[in-house]
Amino acid sequence: MSADQNTDLKFTSPYTPNTKNDRAEMLKAIGVKTVDDLFRDIPENYLNPELKIPDAISEMELVQEMEELAGLNAVPGDYASFLGSGAYRHFIPSIVNRLALRSEFMTCYTPYQPEVSQGTLQAHFEFQSMVCQLTGMDVANAGMYDGSTALSEAVLMACRVTKKSAINVLDSVSPQYKEVLKTFLDAPGIKMDSLKDGMASSNESHACLIVQQPNYFGYFEDLTTLSDDIHKAGGLLIVLTDPISLGMYKTPADYGADIVVAEGQSLGISTSYGGPYVGLFACKQDYIRQMPGRIVGRTKDTNGETGYVLTLQTREQHIRRDRATSNICTSVGLIALMSTIYMISQGKQGLKHIANLCYQKAHYAAAQINDIQGYSVNLDRPFFKEFVISCPISPAKINKRLLSKKIIGGIDVSSQIKNGMLVCITETNSRQEIDSLVTALREISAEIGSDEK
Amino acid sequence: MDRSVAGRIGTTLPKLDVPVQDDPPKNLLRESLEMPELSESEIVRYLTQISTFNFSIDHNFYPLGSCTMKYNPKVNDDIAALPGFSEIHPLQEESTVQGALKLMHHLQNILADITGMAGTSLAPMAGAEGELAGMLMTRAYHQRNGDTKRTKILVPDSAHGTNPASAVMAGFEVISLNTDSKGNTDIEALKYVLSDEIAGFMLTQPSTLGLFDTNILEVVNMVRDVGGIIYGDGANLNALVGKLKPGDLGFDILHSNLHKTFTQPHGGGGPGAGAVMVSERILPFLPTPVIDRQIDKSNSEFYSFTRPEHTIGKMGAFHGNFGALVRAYAYIRTLGKQGVPKVSEDAVINANYIRTQLKGIYDLPYDRTCMHEVVFSARNLKRDYGVTALDVSKRLIDYGIHPPTMYFPLIVEEALMIEPTETESKETIDEFIDIMKKIAQEAEDDPGLLKEAPHNTPNTRLDEALAAREPDLRWNK
Ligand SMILES: Cc1ncc(COP(=O)(O)O)c(C=O)c1O
Repeated sequence: MSADQNTDLKFTSPYTPNTKNDRAEMLKAIGVKTVDDLFRDIPENYLNPELKIPDAISEMELVQEMEELAGLNAVPGDYASFLGSGAYRHFIPSIVNRLALRSEFMTCYTPYQPEVSQGTLQAHFEFQSMVCQLTGMDVANAGMYDGSTALSEAVLMACRVTKKSAINVLDSVSPQYKEVLKTFLDAPGIKMDSLKDGMASSNESHACLIVQQPNYFGYFEDLTTLSDDIHKAGGLLIVLTDPISLGMYKTPADYGADIVVAEGQSLGISTSYGGPYVGLFACKQDYIRQMPGRIVGRTKDTNGETGYVLTLQTREQHIRRDRATSNICTSVGLIALMSTIYMISQGKQGLKHIANLCYQKAHYAAAQINDIQGYSVNLDRPFFKEFVISCPISPAKINKRLLSKKIIGGIDVSSQIKNGMLVCITETNSRQEIDSLVTALREISAEIGSDEK
Repeated sequence: MDRSVAGRIGTTLPKLDVPVQDDPPKNLLRESLEMPELSESEIVRYLTQISTFNFSIDHNFYPLGSCTMKYNPKVNDDIAALPGFSEIHPLQEESTVQGALKLMHHLQNILADITGMAGTSLAPMAGAEGELAGMLMTRAYHQRNGDTKRTKILVPDSAHGTNPASAVMAGFEVISLNTDSKGNTDIEALKYVLSDEIAGFMLTQPSTLGLFDTNILEVVNMVRDVGGIIYGDGANLNALVGKLKPGDLGFDILHSNLHKTFTQPHGGGGPGAGAVMVSERILPFLPTPVIDRQIDKSNSEFYSFTRPEHTIGKMGAFHGNFGALVRAYAYIRTLGKQGVPKVSEDAVINANYIRTQLKGIYDLPYDRTCMHEVVFSARNLKRDYGVTALDVSKRLIDYGIHPPTMYFPLIVEEALMIEPTETESKETIDEFIDIMKKIAQEAEDDPGLLKEAPHNTPNTRLDEALAAREPDLRWNK
C-alpha cells in the first residue's frame, strides 16, 4: 500500500500541530521528498500496513460513547456495596483530586532533573515520611505498583538479605496476593510454604514469614507469637497491613516487623476497577540499600539551601542493570501524591476518626447479622472493618438475590470457609445501607425457608 | 511535619450514625499517631506552591528521550473520572461491569491490530512489568516444550536498564550484545553467541539510539532459527504506530508503554500500563486476566475474564491499571485509523528536523536518518570547552525547556537524547533549535554560565553524593 493511501492528509488532529505546509517545509529542510523517505530503513514490504481499527471520532462523540460504556457498569453509590478484599471505598476529600490533577503534578516525568522537579520530590518525601509514621518503620520508598507487587518485592528483598530461598506464608494471606507471589517467585525458584493458623512453625530455611494484619478475612492475628516464631528461625517478619487500620491499631513495628507493605488505595484513591493504586513499602534502616523502587532524599544545593533528589540510585536498573534490586522504573508517582494529600488532609485526628468509624459500623453490622436466623459471625475474635458471614446457603446465590435489591454483597469465600461471605464496611456505608443489607439477608433467609417447604 | 499546629484539621469528620459499640481490645491499640495538623487552606497553598517548582508538559517543551512526553488530552482525564469507571470495584461480578470489560476487550483487539500480534493482556502495570511478563512467557514457553537448557537472554548494550533487570527477575542470565558502528545489531557478534541455550532476544525497535535496525529481518531469522523468542521492547512504539506492525516481522512478544505512546499522563513517575501483545504460539502463556467475548443464543454479547491455558499468572492484585487503559482507549478512538499513522510520521519528521538543524553543532555519533528521537553527543563541547552534556542540560532549564535524557544510552559518550514527539509545533521546535545553538555558542564564550546553570530555579544544583552518603529520607520521627 502506498503512503498516500494510508495517510489521509486531509485528516487533522488537535494533538498534532504540523500542517501540510509545516510538513513540506520541514521535509525540505531535512532534504527528503516524502515522509516515507524517513521510513526507508523499514523493509519496504512491511511499511504502511492496513489498520483495522475504527475511524476517528470527535470529542463530543467520544464522550457520548464513553458515557454509554460507563453506564453499563453498576456503580457502588447507586448500589449499596459491601465489597472489600484489597480495594476499599472511602470518602475522598475534594482537595485530593483538585490538587493532584494540576498540570504541574500530572504532566511531568519521574524527577530525574531535581532542579525542575522539587514539587514532585518534596511531595514524595512527605509521602515516605507519613508511611513511616503510620507503619512505625524507619524508612519507606516512594511507592510500588500496588500492594501485591510490594509484597512480592518484599519477599525478594528478604531472600537477598537472608540469602535464603524458601518463605513461609500464613494461610490467612489474601489469595489474590498469593497468586501474584507465585508469578514472581516461580522463576527465581523460591519455595513457598504455607503456615496454617497455629500449626507448623517457621524453620531455618525460611527467609521470611508473611502475615496479613488484619488478615484477609478481617481478623487480627497473634503477631507477637508469629514474630517470635520467625525471628527465632532467623528470618524476617513481613507484615501486609491496611493503612486505614493504622489510624487506631498498633503498628507492625510494635510487633517487630522487618518489612511492612500495604495497598495504599484506601488512602484517597478511587477503586477504579482495580488500578492504578499504590503499594506502600517500608522497612528497617538496616535494609535501605536492599530496597526496591524510587527513594527521595533531602540534601543541599550549591548555595547550602535544602532540596530533594532521587537517591540511593545505585540500587536501580538504570545504573545497576542486571544486578539491580528491582526492575521497576515508572512507578505510581501521581497516586503516591494523591495518598500524600489524603494523609495530610485527614491528619492526626482524621485518620483515627475514619478508623474508628469503620470499626464501629462494621461491629454494628456484624452484631445485627449474627442475630439473623441462619447466619452467624464470629464476634469473639477481634476484627476491624471486614468479617466473614456464615450463610445458610451459598453466598453466590445470596449475592444474586441481593443484586436484585440493589445491594452488592460480599466476596464468596466458600472455598475456604463453608458458605462464607466476606463483607466490608467503611465509613461510606450509611446506617441505612447496613440496615437494608440486614433486612435483605433476613428476607432471603425467609425466602429460602419457604422455597424449601 | 514542621508546619503542623496542634488542633488544626484539614477536613471535616463525618458523624457516627450507628450506636456506639464495645471498645476494641486495648492491647491492640496504638498509643499515639503523629501526623500533620494543618488547615485545608494551608494544605492547598503548600501543595500549589510546590507544584509550581515542577516543569511539566503543559508548561514546558519536554524533549526527554525515550520517555515520549507528548501532550495528554484533557478529555481523557475527564472520561477516566466518570463514576461508571472510577468508582467500580475490581471484584464486582462480571454482569455488573460489562462496560468496563467491553472497553478492555476493544483495547486488547486494537493493540493487537496496531502491533500485528494475535492477542493481548492488559495486566502489566508499567513497561518494566510488561518486560517481566514477556520474559516469564519466554521461560514458560520453552519449559512447556521441555526445552530446559535455554537459560540465556540476549540484550543489546544500548538497551534500557529495565531489560536486563527484568530478564534476571525471570531467572535468566543476560548476555550483552554489541551494537555495530552503524547502530545496528552486530551480526558477527550475534552469530558468535547464538546457541541452543538462548531463550530469546530482547530487542528495542527502533533502538534507544533512535535508529531502526536495518538488519532486523536477518536478526529475527537468526534468532528464530536457533529456537529463540523475539521479545520487543515497545517503549519506542511512537515511531512505528500505523507505519509498521512488529508482529509482521516475526516478533513473538511486545510490550507497549501505554503511558508513552498512548498518553496516560506520566504523573511524576507513573502510573503507567505495560500491555503485552503476543504471537499465536505464545497466546496460552499470557498473564491473566484476558477478556473474552461470547454471544449467547439470544444474540446478546457477554464479556468475561478468561485464564489462558498455561498462563504465567497474575501480575498484580486485580486486572491492571484500568484508569490508564481507559485513557489509552479514548486516545486511540479519537485518532482512529486516520490519526494513528500521523502520530509516528510527525514524531519522525520533528526528530529528523532537529537532527539536520543541529548536526555539526553537536556531534552526531550515528549520522543517519533517525526515527522518533535523535541522540547527539556533547563530546565536542567537552573536548573544546570542558562543557558536558549535564551542563548543556542544566542551561536549557534557564530557557524554560526540560533537559533531554542525558548519558543514555550508555554506549554514547556525553549523550543527549532528544525526543520532540508529534505534539510539538514547528515554532516550538525552531525555538528549541535556536536555543541549542545559542547554548553551544555560550559554551565557547562563557562556559561558566553553563557550569553554574540553572540560575532561576528554587534550587541550584543539588548535592546527590551527599544525599546518597548520608540518607535523610523522612521528616522527624
Ligand atoms: C526503552 C525503554 N524500555 C523500557 C522502559 C521501561 O518502562 P517503564 O518505565 O514503564 O517501566 C523505558 C522507560 O523508561 C524505556 O525508555
